[in-house]
Formats: sequence, structure tokens, C-alpha cells
Amino acid sequence: MALDLGRVRRSLSTRDGDLTFGQRILGFRWLMLLLLAALVAIGVATLYSAGRGSFSPWADRQLLRFGVGLTALVVVALTDFRIWLRFAYAIYGVGLLLLVAVETIGTTAMGAQRWLDLGPVNIQPSELMKIAMVLALARYFHGLTLEAVARPHYLIPPLLMVFAPAILVMKQPDLGTALTLVLGGGAMFYLAGVRMWKFALVIAGALAAMPFLWERLRDYQKRRILMFLNPESDPLGAGYHIIQSKIALGSGGIFGKGFMQGTQSHLNFLPEKQTDFIFTMLAEEWGMVGGVFLLLLYAAVLGYGFALAVRIRHQFGRLVAMGIVNIMFIYVFVNIGMVMGVLPVVGIPLPLISYGGSAMLTLMAGFGLLIGAYIHREAPLGT
Amino acid sequence: MLMGGQAALFGVLIGRMYYLQVVESDQYAVLADENRIQIRLLPPVRGRIVDRFGEELANSKQNLRVLMIPEAAGNVERVLAALRRAIPIAEHDERRILREVRRKRKFLPVTVAENLSWEQFAAVNLHSPDLPGVQPDIGETRGYPMGEAFAHLIGYVAPVAEADLTGEPLLELPGFRIGKNGVERLQDIALRGKAGSSRVEVNALGRTIRELSRDDGQRGADVALTVDATLQRFAAERLDGESASAVVMDVHTGDLLTLLSVPGYDPAAFNTGLTQRAWQELVSNPLAPLVSKSIAGQYPPGSTFKMMTALAGLDAGVVTPDTRLPCTGSIELGPIEFHCWKRKPGHGALRMAEALEQSCDCYFYELARRVGPDRIAAICHKFGLGHSHQLGLPGERPGLIPTRQWKQTAQGQPWTPGDSFNAGIGQGFVLSTPLQLCVMAARIANGGLAVRPRLLLDIGGEAMALPPAPALGVNPAQLKIVQDGMFRVVNGDFGTAKRSRIAQAGWAFAGKTGSSQVRRISKQERTGRMRKNEEKPWIERDHALFVGYAPYEAPRYAVAVLVEHGGSGSGAAAPVARDIMMECLKRDPSRRGPGERSA
Repeated sequence: MALDLGRVRRSLSTRDGDLTFGQRILGFRWLMLLLLAALVAIGVATLYSAGRGSFSPWADRQLLRFGVGLTALVVVALTDFRIWLRFAYAIYGVGLLLLVAVETIGTTAMGAQRWLDLGPVNIQPSELMKIAMVLALARYFHGLTLEAVARPHYLIPPLLMVFAPAILVMKQPDLGTALTLVLGGGAMFYLAGVRMWKFALVIAGALAAMPFLWERLRDYQKRRILMFLNPESDPLGAGYHIIQSKIALGSGGIFGKGFMQGTQSHLNFLPEKQTDFIFTMLAEEWGMVGGVFLLLLYAAVLGYGFALAVRIRHQFGRLVAMGIVNIMFIYVFVNIGMVMGVLPVVGIPLPLISYGGSAMLTLMAGFGLLIGAYIHREAPLGT
Repeated sequence: MLMGGQAALFGVLIGRMYYLQVVESDQYAVLADENRIQIRLLPPVRGRIVDRFGEELANSKQNLRVLMIPEAAGNVERVLAALRRAIPIAEHDERRILREVRRKRKFLPVTVAENLSWEQFAAVNLHSPDLPGVQPDIGETRGYPMGEAFAHLIGYVAPVAEADLTGEPLLELPGFRIGKNGVERLQDIALRGKAGSSRVEVNALGRTIRELSRDDGQRGADVALTVDATLQRFAAERLDGESASAVVMDVHTGDLLTLLSVPGYDPAAFNTGLTQRAWQELVSNPLAPLVSKSIAGQYPPGSTFKMMTALAGLDAGVVTPDTRLPCTGSIELGPIEFHCWKRKPGHGALRMAEALEQSCDCYFYELARRVGPDRIAAICHKFGLGHSHQLGLPGERPGLIPTRQWKQTAQGQPWTPGDSFNAGIGQGFVLSTPLQLCVMAARIANGGLAVRPRLLLDIGGEAMALPPAPALGVNPAQLKIVQDGMFRVVNGDFGTAKRSRIAQAGWAFAGKTGSSQVRRISKQERTGRMRKNEEKPWIERDHALFVGYAPYEAPRYAVAVLVEHGGSGSGAAAPVARDIMMECLKRDPSRRGPGERSA
């Protein structure tokens, strides 16, 4: 596994070899950073409103986290991309270990055991796992030919790579993240060339396993799913979140109630307004215009991400980049779908907008990988 | 292809957003307002009740109280312990507080103590830094500065009972009180005023964030009564210790200057709810403090009724004023002997005015026998007996004036001559209230005008109409005979109330005594020695009555006094009536406008 120094030296002078620091800076996609920063800015403004016109307790800390995330993004992007290929499985292994550690020594927040207390910082290994899984799957499919992919038994290791962490996360219990992992992993399979009918097979299998899974779900998870199907059945209980969220959205109208004028959110009718339901608050205050603008901004990030991804010459980088974009998409769709009553309530934040450090760090690091892959798009990675 | 799928899903989100924020927006806007806006009723300040000179009989006074918000207090028991250093909190109060704390939502205030003195209130304020969640608060309670003497007239307010609910939201406000008796009840709607409302914005926990708009409502109207509080208090002091009633009335306008029943009770005690023991004491008290004797007490009028018998006799023509009817101390009617109060040899043969002066029973036995009950009843109704005067106060009763038909219907027996004898002297079936007796005296005094008793002077500054008093159609010459008899009662040499004369020139007092039996006198008592009233147990003594008016030459005021088991009208009622009348003439309340005080 030692670096082939001869090859490295050989490629120095070529566009396929090591890049100088200056070359990396030149390859850096500042536009992507700008789009991400715009999202964070919207998030900070909304948190400022959620704090009743105050930077504390949320907006200021969110800015700080953005600073950390930004550093991570730049560092990751400028790192030689080949390192990620080399350490993909190792990172995945660490992620898996951390998930097990959470299971045994983690701290509990809001009924779920998701956090690992590491002295000054709490980290949420399930967030890290999203990136780690993308890296590991990309690494796996990077070495495979299309013929190999077509063989079913070649799909067993990557399936394990997806379901092992997904099951661990679900035990925490964190249905939302587990769902993200499965959907994000599934998209990677598709991108790697797995045929659609195989997906159909897996989905059919999943449906068959539903009754069994239903038994394993916690009461509150069952309630959330039932409540999604009929939120009005218990307006003060579990359906309260969705009903109040829809009232907030609907009463916002086309142009919204104005910045810091959202009655639903400011009078606390809207729960979790700074985290999972932040989109509701934004759309209450800015109306449909604000909501659509935000979606378009996300679409721009995703579209630009794809555009960058398809220009990456190596399978590993392309898969990583697209995997990141997919994760981002899943976050956005599930979160917004949830607050609008299209999907059940699962604890998924709105990327870069919701208050929370782990998700911010994950995504910023993820986009660091994406930009890094683009910078090193011509790098020869071998198999 | 993946991109396309994702774009499509974003399209779904935008479509949903369009549905919620454009299509259904109005509906959700309403829901959001319903969420955040609550309308709170502001109870109006209850109007005052004042006397004819504006003196307060009922007011709404500050209630210094201490509230506690459990949420802010944290450890409720510790805060209560700290609060004890400033104000006393009884054991059972603490239990009530803890119970309320458990029941109510944690941010709603619980009343810790009410009706504090300024000193206690100040002490709480002083300690407030150490008392988290404790709020000194100034509320409103009903005050009755005149106290017991006005309890029956004014009534009281008390919390709304289930049966009082009419759908009016004001009645459902916690702590709201409505008039339950007396004028408080009669004029409850006027006194109550109109509720204001406040639109407040609340958050998801129901806590008020700010007031959006406010309608202050309308405070209750002040109600002015015709009574003269000073006169009524004077009468109350004069009758202190008795179970009695006094009514004073303007003979021209019908203004009731006094409508007193003693003993009274503390009307303010009903504000906060009576303890079981206090209630038991009131109910079991033989002096019946809860009964408004002036309007609800029905008594045999005794000899005060004799003017009615006299007028009926003259009107029917069965006697002339100069007809002499004999008295030998008793009349025999079959086996029964009807006695005059003056035993043998009796009064001799008296003319009408003399018979009134000396209150000869035999004269009126014979007169009643001649005239019969129906003609007496007709005169009685003209003079205000036997029917309610509809003051509107709860408990007013009509009394009873018997007729032949009434007896047949009610008792199933025919009228007997003995019934006539009894009716002639205001005994037997005859019942009247002190108010009715006062009205009777007033109508005699004013020369036979149907003056009606009046209790309300003005409501919210709007004067009550003063209906004209039509003539009763009584022969003035006949009425003059009765007036003369009443003058002699007080001023004649043989008058039963001659000790209650008013000596001041121009204030001459006329009236009639009455002592009404409360039980049938037994044969054994008849044949043996009659016990004097003083020898009987209190409950068996005669009721003492007096009705009168003054000045005799130019009548202005009528008075009726009843002292339950007072013994005799001349001894227990007439002196009181005289004193009240003198005070009344001295104050002359009818001659002064509202707001003017006596010199």
C-alpha cells in the first residue's frame, strides 16, 4: 500500500500527477463555496429571527460552526484526493466503531442516543457515517468493472456497508438518518451501474420485511408514521407538530408575514423552529416566495455539484461527488417534505440552515470532498 | 436521470408549497389567528348603591390580595413559608393553595390571601424580593359601609351559581359576583354594567404576550335609593337588640325613607362565602336575622287595623261617627266570650273617635259584626293591605285580608260571626307586613290618595318617574273621623299612646297602637288570672305595633314600627315610632335635594 514514489514523481509535471498548491487553489470552485455560504447566511438570518431578534442563543453559534465547517471544507478540498481513496475503508471502519461506541457509552438527547461526548465537543457519529459510507462505497465500486457489478454476489459487500451502519443508527433510534443512509447508499448503487430491477428486488424485499420492522420500531416512531397518515386524529398530541407547521406555512401566504413577524414561530406554536422545522419558520416569514427561492438555491447547489461531478475523470471521485450531492438532496427533500406534511416526521435537519453542528460539519466536509475531487479530477487513481 | 428525478421531487415540494401557501392560505391564516388571539373579558366595575343624599350604601372597594404564579415560585411550600413572615396563612388556606396549584396550569395565578390590610399588603411588597412568583394585586370586592342595618334592603353579591348562568359570558368569569338579594339583585343588570374585552396575543402555552386592542366596557350604573341612610341608621340604633321592623314613607311621593329590619347580618360576609358555622348561626337565631321583616314578615296587625274597620263601617253606613257602641269588657257570642283589653267594667259606650283613642275592642267587635268581612276587605285593599306593593325586592309578601269566599275556598268552612269579631280588631286571619301598614298610614294621612311606596330614586343619574297618586274615592269627612281618632290616640287624655306625644309646635303626631296576639289565649288563662306580657316567655309575648304620621295638620311622613314579642304597642312600639318620626321631621329628608346634608 506504500506510495509508489516513482509514479508520483513521474506525474509531477503532468496534469495527471500531484498538483501544486497553486494549481489546487486555481481548481477550487469558489462559486460552490459562495452558494453554500448563501445558504448558511439564510440559515443564520432565520435563526436570528427565531431568537427574537438576537444572535444568541442560535445565530452566533451557528456562525461559529460555519467557520469550523469552512475550515474543514477548505482543508479537505485541498488535500491530495488520493489520500481519501487510500483511507476510505479505514474511515468507514472508524465510523462504524464510533457508532458501536455510541451504542454503549453515548449520551442521550431527546430520547435518542446519538451523541458521543468527547470532552469539549459532542459528535454525532451517524453524521460522520454518511460521508464514510459514501467514501467506502465509492472506493468499492471504483475497483469494479461493469461486468463485475452485474454479478449479484459482488453486491453483497456494499449492501453490508450500507445496512450495517443503517441498522446501528436505527437502534439509537434515529429513523431519519438510517433512511438517509439507505437512500444515499441506494443512489450510489444506481450510479455505479446496478440495474433497476435489482432495486425493485430490494424494495420488494424491504416491503416484505415491513411487518417485522414495524415490530422493531419504537412507539414514538410508530406514532409518527400513523400520525403522518392522519395528523388531525390527535391535534394536541403527536399530530400537533405537523398541524402547527402547516398552519404556519399556510398563513405565511405568498409573500409571508415579514422578517421576525411569524406569529406561529414566535409564539412557540411551532415546535423545533430552530432545528427540524426551520423551513416552516422561513416560509411563514418569507412566504412561498422565500420558500421557492431557498429551493432554487438548493437546486443550484445540487445542479452545480452534478456539473462538477460529471467532469471528474475517475470513478471514485465521481461517485464521491455524486454521493455527496445525493445526501444533500435527501436531506432537503425529506426535511421540507416532512414539514409540509408530505412525508412523516423524521428527525432530519435542513442542511446548512438548521441549527446544529454535526450536520453542518458533515456537509461542509462533504462538499470539501466534492471540490477536492473536482480539483483532482484528472488524477490517476488506479484501481 | 437521477438529476431529473430530483428535479421532479423538488417540483413536488414547490407544488405542495403552492397548495399550502396559496390555495389554502386563507384557511390557515384564520387558524393561525385563532391560535394566537384570545379574547378576554374585562369585568366591569359594579355600580354603587347610594341613599337619597348620595351616601354610599354599597361600593366596590379595593381588595388587597396576594397571588402566586406556581411556575415562577418554583418550590411553592418554601415560598409560602417565607410569605408567612409577612401575612398569616391558615393551615386550611395552605391546603387550598396547594390543591389549586396542583389543579391549575402552572402559569395561572393562584390566590394566596385576600382582603389584606394595608400593613400586611405593604409587608408583602417589602418582602417581595425573597418571594419568587408572588404578586401583590389590587382586586375589587363589594363593600357595605353601612353594615347590618341595610343588609335586607341592599342585599349582597355572591359568586354565580350554576342556576344563574344564562349564557352571558361575563357570568362565567372566575370570581365574578352577582346580586343575590335586596337591591343588589333587583338592580343587578344596571349595577353590573357592560363587560369590556381585551384581545390579547397568547403563545402556545396560553401566556399573554401583548394586548392587541381593548374595549373598556361600561362600568355599572350607580343606583340611588329613596332611603335616608342616616334616618335608617337612627332607627336601627333605636331598635337595637330587638327583632323588629321600621318603615318610614313620604306620604305624598311614596319615597321610602327607611325600610329597616333588625337584626341584620353582615352582607359582606356573603362576598367570600359564609362558613358553615356562621350560616348555621344565622339560620338558627330566633331573631331571624335573614328575614326582611318589613316586607316578608306577615303579622296580625292587631289594633292598628281598627281604622280599616272604622272606615268600612262609615262607608257602609252601619254607624255614624256619633253612634255609641257599648263596652262592658266583653261580648258573648254563643259559648265564646270575646274580651276587650280593658276588663270589666269596660269602656262604656264610646263614639268612633273615642273608640279609636282608647282602642276599645268591643266597639270594633260590634262594628265588624255589622259591616262584615267583605266590605272591610274592600277598604283594606284601597289602603294597601292584602296585596304586594311590588317593590321588586325578593321575599316581599302580600299579607292576607280574609273574605267570606276566601275562607270557604281556603278553609272549606263558612265565615262565622266570630271570624268577623277577630277580623275587626286585626286578629284571626288578618296578616299584614310593616310596609303595608306604613302605606295604610300614609294613605290615611294624605287624605285618601293612592300613594305607592317607592324605593328607587334614580338609576345612573336618570330619575325614576313619580307616578301621580290618584284619589282612592274615600269620603273625606269619614277619613277625618279616623284621622281625629288617630290624633287622640297620641294626644287625647285617654289615648293609648299619650306618652309618645310630640310636643313641638307644628309637629303633632297621630297614630295607632297595636298589640297582636301570637297565640290563642287558653280557657284556663281566661278563667284564671291573665298573665302579664312580662311574665310570659319572650316567644309568647304579643307583637308590639304602631302606625302613625306627622305633622297632623300638614302630614308629610308616615311611620310603621313593629317589635316582635315587644309586649304592647304603646310600651314597645309607639315610643320608637315617635323617636323615629321626630328624627325624620328634624332631618326633613323630603325637603332637601340630593347631595344636601342636614344642618
